[in-house]
Amino acid sequence: MRPYAYYPGCSLQGTAKEYEASLRAIAGPLGIELHELPGWTCCGSSAAHATSHLLAIALAGRNLNLAARTSFAVPSSRGAGLLVPCAACYSRLRGAQVALDADGALREQFAEVTGEPWSGGAVAVKSLVEVLAQDLGPAEVAACIVRPLSGIKVASYYGCLLLRPTTITGFDDPETPSTLDSLVAATGASPVAWSHKTECCGAGLSISKRDVVGRLVGDILSAAVDAGAHAIVTACPMCHANLDTRQDIAGKAAGRSFRLPVLYITQLLGLALGIAPRQLSLRSHLTSVGSLLAAIEAGAALTGEAT
Amino acid sequence: MPRIGVFVCHCGSNIAATVDIARVMAAAEVMPGVVHVTDSKYTCSEPGQAAVRAAIREHSLDRVVVAACSPRMHEATFRAAVAAAGLNPYLLEIANLREHCAWVHRDRVEATAKAIDLVRMAVVKVARHVPLTTSRIPVTKRAVVIGGGIAGIQAALDVADSGHPVVLVERTPSLGGRMAQLDKTFPTLDCAACILTPKMVEAANHPLISLMTYSEVVKVEGFVGNFRVTVHRKARSVDTDKCTGCGTCYERCPVKVASEFDLGTGYRKAIYVPFPQAVPNKATIDKDNCIYYQRGRCRICERVCEAGAICFDQPDEEIVIEAGAIVAATGFDQFDHAVYGEYGQGRLPDVITGLQYERLVNASGPTQGKILRPSDGREPRTIVFLSCVGSRDEHKGVPYCSAACCMYTAKHAMLARERVPGARVFVFYIDVRTGGKGYEEFYRRAVTEYGVNYLRGRVSRIYQRGDRLVVAGEDTLLGAQAKVEADLVVLATAMVPAAGASELAQTLGIGYDEHGFYTEAHPKLRPAETNAAGIFLAGACQGPKDIPQTVAQASAAAVKATQLLNRQSIETSAIVATVDAAKCSGCQWCVAVCPYGAISLVDRQGHGAVKSVVSVNPGLCQGCGACVVACRDGALHLLGYTDEQLLAEVEAVWQ
Repeated sequence: MRPYAYYPGCSLQGTAKEYEASLRAIAGPLGIELHELPGWTCCGSSAAHATSHLLAIALAGRNLNLAARTSFAVPSSRGAGLLVPCAACYSRLRGAQVALDADGALREQFAEVTGEPWSGGAVAVKSLVEVLAQDLGPAEVAACIVRPLSGIKVASYYGCLLLRPTTITGFDDPETPSTLDSLVAATGASPVAWSHKTECCGAGLSISKRDVVGRLVGDILSAAVDAGAHAIVTACPMCHANLDTRQDIAGKAAGRSFRLPVLYITQLLGLALGIAPRQLSLRSHLTSVGSLLAAIEAGAALTGEAT
Repeated sequence: MPRIGVFVCHCGSNIAATVDIARVMAAAEVMPGVVHVTDSKYTCSEPGQAAVRAAIREHSLDRVVVAACSPRMHEATFRAAVAAAGLNPYLLEIANLREHCAWVHRDRVEATAKAIDLVRMAVVKVARHVPLTTSRIPVTKRAVVIGGGIAGIQAALDVADSGHPVVLVERTPSLGGRMAQLDKTFPTLDCAACILTPKMVEAANHPLISLMTYSEVVKVEGFVGNFRVTVHRKARSVDTDKCTGCGTCYERCPVKVASEFDLGTGYRKAIYVPFPQAVPNKATIDKDNCIYYQRGRCRICERVCEAGAICFDQPDEEIVIEAGAIVAATGFDQFDHAVYGEYGQGRLPDVITGLQYERLVNASGPTQGKILRPSDGREPRTIVFLSCVGSRDEHKGVPYCSAACCMYTAKHAMLARERVPGARVFVFYIDVRTGGKGYEEFYRRAVTEYGVNYLRGRVSRIYQRGDRLVVAGEDTLLGAQAKVEADLVVLATAMVPAAGASELAQTLGIGYDEHGFYTEAHPKLRPAETNAAGIFLAGACQGPKDIPQTVAQASAAAVKATQLLNRQSIETSAIVATVDAAKCSGCQWCVAVCPYGAISLVDRQGHGAVKSVVSVNPGLCQGCGACVVACRDGALHLLGYTDEQLLAEVEAVWQ
């Protein structure tokens, strides 16, 4: 078993409950031990970093300081790192860590506002994709698969925060990434080659500028459907919410009609590990995954565009 | 006691604005040995030099300190002035009050104090100078030009037309280089072949030029005026005396290989002439792809060759050429755009480079001049050009500007509009840089007469949608996203030095920068020379250039080479290392560190015994001083920079 300190962040216990449920469901079978970080708070990614640079640094830094005190977050025989499933949390925590490590003046400000010195430099902040595709690796994941998803074509959607900027992420190529694809392939499904793996989905404007979001999501869904995908997988709660819930306006913008299932990578892995759909919270998406489940059941192909 | 004159230069206001000249003069007057101090607005001007000459005579000076700019700038000038007044030119020392003081400081009081220190150091050093002499070495009257593109051809022709023999060495089977691959040339739109081919033929037929194609320089020994250049001539497997260039062999050869000359847009055979106007028009067998060499059978070319020119057992040769001067003209390669994942990583077939596009529009190219896209051979209706791919990109490419791309992209866009009636043509750019005669006018024509759409902004992504490409970027003038559906995308990839350029620089013993471009001796005043005497630079091997600049530099390099070859003998530098044979233990550490191969071991007779000691060849020695530092015995000294002279300077600073 690989023991990780686990930072859920707000999404996984709110809008992305199904992400956490499916993560907890696959953790055991894949040999991942999750030790939730005691006392974790907001990472500073959503509202804080738009209003105060220091607040965004301090919130993230405080959580990393907490993590540094556990035996799981700093790589050793007793720990494999701090596992962060949410792409926004991951980006914020890593960003703050890099900034604090590099800037002495910032460390002083941090100590002043939090009342404790910066000590989170040794924490190995890892996105879930990094843990699955690199700590475990596709071969180790594939070895656990009991129900290969052969015949299913999946578009891996990385979004923006998981890969960029490379100065803080760096675990995959930011323009032609492959880690998520390697996990899709490990399930026995076929990752499709497609153009929109890293295009912006517009989640930041999901409430305020629906027309822009409709266009961006429409482009992404069109590209996935045209590439023959039966589903999209992602590892980001914002991307998921946006791609899953905006298929109506995206369809209007693109002049077509979408019903393309959007899954968390943990859910796809869960299916391939033979876990019941209910345990993976697959029924909580707005765009029905029924057709995908039926296809997996039947081993048959289907299309993501309504006919 | 020496009689030293100190000449303090204002350099207009360059020095005088920061350094108090009067105080420097007052301080100099009381320095030991100084008998005359004066100043001048510009000491390097003719009146300034005349004042130096007059003062030497009037005050019987036997040492001179000029406190002015860097010795790299005017040491030679003042040595000549001192010599004109009858003094040994090495009884001069320059105190650098400009680059080392006035230009790098702001505080006038402190700068003046430092200037006084610099003058004091020069005074104590020059007091210890002794007259130095130079020797003369003969010059081999032949030049070797490395690289048979337009730069090498021009340099070879210019040297040969001045009456000196030239060996022109080219790595590929034909002369022509990059220019031979081009279609038309800016800013006049005349065809590259029409102006290049006659020069190729002229070079081949010139009585004083010997061509060595399919050959590479592998070793360079010797020194200015006396180089020994070893050339490896690869076997063509064809007897060039017999081959008539009739073409029967490559018509019948069964093996198709992607053509290097067409940059993969077309094919050649395993026996081939790279392009129809090749010089020499002789076939070459590509052994890596020839069935006979790989599997021991076929020999069709041998059977069909009426001239009996095929010669499978022809050996490679090593040929040594004695030469007085070398011109490096190795040109450029294209930056590999595979690092751009966002542009398809080099995997989208309809995303091509500017040089590949040249082959497509070229009448003798794989499509006979029709613009057809590689994926399906269809004529593109919308063509998008991207400038600065690799250039001006510190993260993934190179930081410099490749100088020619803005102009050739304008040319490409115009050709697209000409060849494909009604085509929509877009250019994404960061800036349009058109410094050059007639260049801005040319670019304006592309916009106004040819209707090319220029969009200011970088492209963030190119992706395939169906059988078309989507080019997504930003129009920074409109502040809007720009998305163009295109059939063909052409990348203006950066110019990088030709493959193997750094290795050749090491063979030649010349410098190159962090990108691999060869370093000129002075960026403004000696652009065609290197720091190695007798080795000159022409064309894009020194930095990105277009054809006009390349030809200009090639002629400049030829003049510099000819100047050298015109001399019966050349004067060696007086600033060279010398050996105190009594102290030398023959350990040869100096031999190992000498970058110029100037030091060798010799036997020395004396007192009935033979002792092995080192000896410095003053023709090769460049006076760098590396051997002096390496010498454990203190047996090596650099004339003009002896320990005694330098330590006196150090002591003078602490006074």
